[in-house]
Amino acid sequence: MLNRYPLWKNLLILAVIAMAFVFAMPNLYAPDPAVQISGESSAMELDETVLNTATRALTEEGIVHFGETVTEKAALIRLSKVEDQLPAKRIIQRALGDRFVVALNMAPTTPDWLRSLGAGPMKLGLDLSGGVHFLMEVDTASAIAKRQESSIAEFKGKLREERIRYVSVDLSKEGVITAVFRSAEDRDSATAIFRKDFADLARETSDRDDGTFVVTATYTESAIREIENYAVSQNLTTLRNRVNELGVSEPIVQRQGRNRIVVELPGVQDTAEAKRVIGKTANLEFRLEAKPSELVTNKEQFDFRSEADQRRTGGAFLERQLIISGDHVSGAQSSFDPETNQPQVNINLDSAGGAKMHRSTRSNVGRRMGVLFIEYKTRLDRTINAAGEEVVTPRQLVEKKIISLATIQSALGVQFRITGLDNVAEASELALLLRSGALAAPMYFVEERTIGPSLGAENIRVGVLSVQIAFGIVLIFMLLYYKVFGIAANVALAANVVLLAACMSMLGATLTLPGIAGIVLTVGMAVDANVLIFSRIKEEVANGLPTQSAINAGYERAFTTILDANVTTLIVAVILYSIGTGPVKGFAVTLSLGILTSMFTAIMVSRMVINTIYGGRNVKKLWI
Amino acid sequence: MTIANKVINFMGARMIATVISGLLILGSIGSLAVNGLAFGLDFTGGVQIEVRYEHKADLEKIRGSLTESGYSNVVVVNFGSDEDVLIRMQQAFEESLGDEVVSLLKAEEAGQIELRRVEFVGPQVGAELRDSGGIGMLFALAVVMAYVAMRFQWKFALAAVAALVHDVIITLGVFSVFKIGFDLSVLAAVLAVVGYSLNDTIVVFDRIRENFPILRKTDSLEVVNVSLTQTLDRTLMTSGTTLIVLLVLFFYGGELLSGFSSALLVGIVIGTYSSIYVASNLLLGLKITKEDLMPPAKEDGEVDEMP
Repeated sequence: MLNRYPLWKNLLILAVIAMAFVFAMPNLYAPDPAVQISGESSAMELDETVLNTATRALTEEGIVHFGETVTEKAALIRLSKVEDQLPAKRIIQRALGDRFVVALNMAPTTPDWLRSLGAGPMKLGLDLSGGVHFLMEVDTASAIAKRQESSIAEFKGKLREERIRYVSVDLSKEGVITAVFRSAEDRDSATAIFRKDFADLARETSDRDDGTFVVTATYTESAIREIENYAVSQNLTTLRNRVNELGVSEPIVQRQGRNRIVVELPGVQDTAEAKRVIGKTANLEFRLEAKPSELVTNKEQFDFRSEADQRRTGGAFLERQLIISGDHVSGAQSSFDPETNQPQVNINLDSAGGAKMHRSTRSNVGRRMGVLFIEYKTRLDRTINAAGEEVVTPRQLVEKKIISLATIQSALGVQFRITGLDNVAEASELALLLRSGALAAPMYFVEERTIGPSLGAENIRVGVLSVQIAFGIVLIFMLLYYKVFGIAANVALAANVVLLAACMSMLGATLTLPGIAGIVLTVGMAVDANVLIFSRIKEEVANGLPTQSAINAGYERAFTTILDANVTTLIVAVILYSIGTGPVKGFAVTLSLGILTSMFTAIMVSRMVINTIYGGRNVKKLWI
Repeated sequence: MTIANKVINFMGARMIATVISGLLILGSIGSLAVNGLAFGLDFTGGVQIEVRYEHKADLEKIRGSLTESGYSNVVVVNFGSDEDVLIRMQQAFEESLGDEVVSLLKAEEAGQIELRRVEFVGPQVGAELRDSGGIGMLFALAVVMAYVAMRFQWKFALAAVAALVHDVIITLGVFSVFKIGFDLSVLAAVLAVVGYSLNDTIVVFDRIRENFPILRKTDSLEVVNVSLTQTLDRTLMTSGTTLIVLLVLFFYGGELLSGFSSALLVGIVIGTYSSIYVASNLLLGLKITKEDLMPPAKEDGEVDEMP
């Protein structure tokens, strides 16, 4: 029969809308302002006593708090007022001291039954939540230069090993390695070395007029890309670890483009503090343990980083001479020893590092080797000045601590492992420290934005207000113009907004101020499909078609137009997404999702309403 | 099938519209060449600080005290209200700059000053964004052209893209003439205008494609006029609702979105006009005929020939 949806189709549409309702619901629960406490290093565990100290300090200062929770990693204290967040952070930080990280947070208030379904609110962009945005550029050029230099050094080493005599081996500014030889045979054996050990270099041979023989080698484009990718991803890992140290809820650390990294820290206000932690440099040193008989001038005493080890041993003496530093470390992962099933850490070195490691360890099997973790820290000294004000002065200090001291079982090379670790947590902590000590290339800040919390709250307010007013006016407008059909369009429009909110929540898309503008725009543009259909129905009625056929023809014929019009708009939205950053990406996301959901609601949902009202019976006149 | 009773002779005003569009484009290009665009921080790079006073802010005084303290190229403007002030400067960034400026201003003023946001964009990043924005725009136009050429025919594609270029140039021209700040969100709005105007054009084109086989006797001009008349109801309705929501956004959406909504308001008015007087006009200029639509008409022919 014309204009009747089968039952299953109606049910399916209703089910989709009902599900959208459930998944959009968490957005209605406003989050509580909160402060979060975490340990300075991930190995530190929190307990009730820490939480009690914090809450007692808050109560003393008269700050209302509730809903405290504590896990091993972090404690959360909810506050009743946003204005209390900054004072509360200061009070808790003073009560707990420097060993804990106190950060602002927004605690979700989604009811448990919704959370158990996996529903949660949309993420808010920095322009809505307030916070800090950094864009950092990785100096990949220096990573490439470093790699080229180490290649040359390694190549010369190989030539000496094979007893090939060369006139010169040089690196040009453009990154071309030129090796000059006296004889063609030497040149050819050198070329063989290139072919065998430096496969990522493109080679070329030539004979010079002055009787010398030359081979030039350059990194291929793909090899350079690989070095860049490695440098960026290495820095990315390091940055993630450092950001975790800040204890920010839902931070974003992402690669952007070829050599940039975006860091977004919602809720953070103290940019200076964030920059100190992010820009902090750490390094590693591998040194042999000093023999007891070693002269005092050749050895140095260091503390262990782990408090348990430090209590047990009271530190250890290492040789002043270092084997290698952290820039030779190319990777470190924790895993299990397949034979004993004990936790271990696998370390990879670059080839130059591997060679040095081999030279130093082959004659020292049975001795112990220590790994030093070097951190450049900033401590804040709080003093009261003459006027009675609190003055905070930053102080730079270098901290060198032992993170591992293990017996050398055999000569080590580019790949070796550290075993004898107590548990998995210790192994992963050690791997993390090894990795974060090995920053592959320098980074610098190229963009920085701080948005105050009050501005964020205001942006949410004006955004929500605009959506409400726009929505209201469009509803009235459609109802007045299309009467009964206006009801169908309005139901579709409402379903569209709910569906859009649900999709964004489920996909974990970030809502930004331009994103809200995108929703407003979607409300205005989403009626387009219905307008197309309805004016088509009007036309068909004017052409003298019976009412039921007019409705059917209106929906059928408008479809191609709707499809073409929406696909082209979608193309533009997708391109916008790919060139945009941050807030603009948010706009592109709501715009494209809005196009997709509006196609569903304007065609299916409005049809369902119209079918229910008019379908399957004899209708004389359409209220359109 | 009968043609709707009254066909509005849109294309009667072809020549006048062509002249108007031509003048608008020339004016826009002229203004862009002379004034350029008032690029915002996103594209120029630099530092931007927004502060809020408790009472009406004295811009002259703020400018004076900042320049005195040695900040270079300081621009101080109100941002949305008398109390909100936006300070822009070209200068090397230090993390404490925001607090420095606030404490400097506090020394001169009684009452609280709230630091609302601090933004720093490196010059390199700004320049890259400008390039990628332009390239994105060109790429969008190229893809759209390909899609329309595939779904319709090359004459339609050319006309549609010409209308889009027309809209973008005039929207940019308006921003240039009135010296409205052009930031990333405005760029997004301009691309959204491309999307919207395209949507509008496609609806008209779709009708023209459909009408060519149906209205056998009439000439191209007549077909275009009939199609435009048939879609007029829809065009006005959709533009109407979209303009309404944009006006809401303009008045209630706050200062950060004002550039964005202005661009869309201008763009949608121009885009609606251009679907009729640039895209359809150019289609006639390209001498569109029924034969041009023969191959694609086949697939749609079945539907269209239904009684």
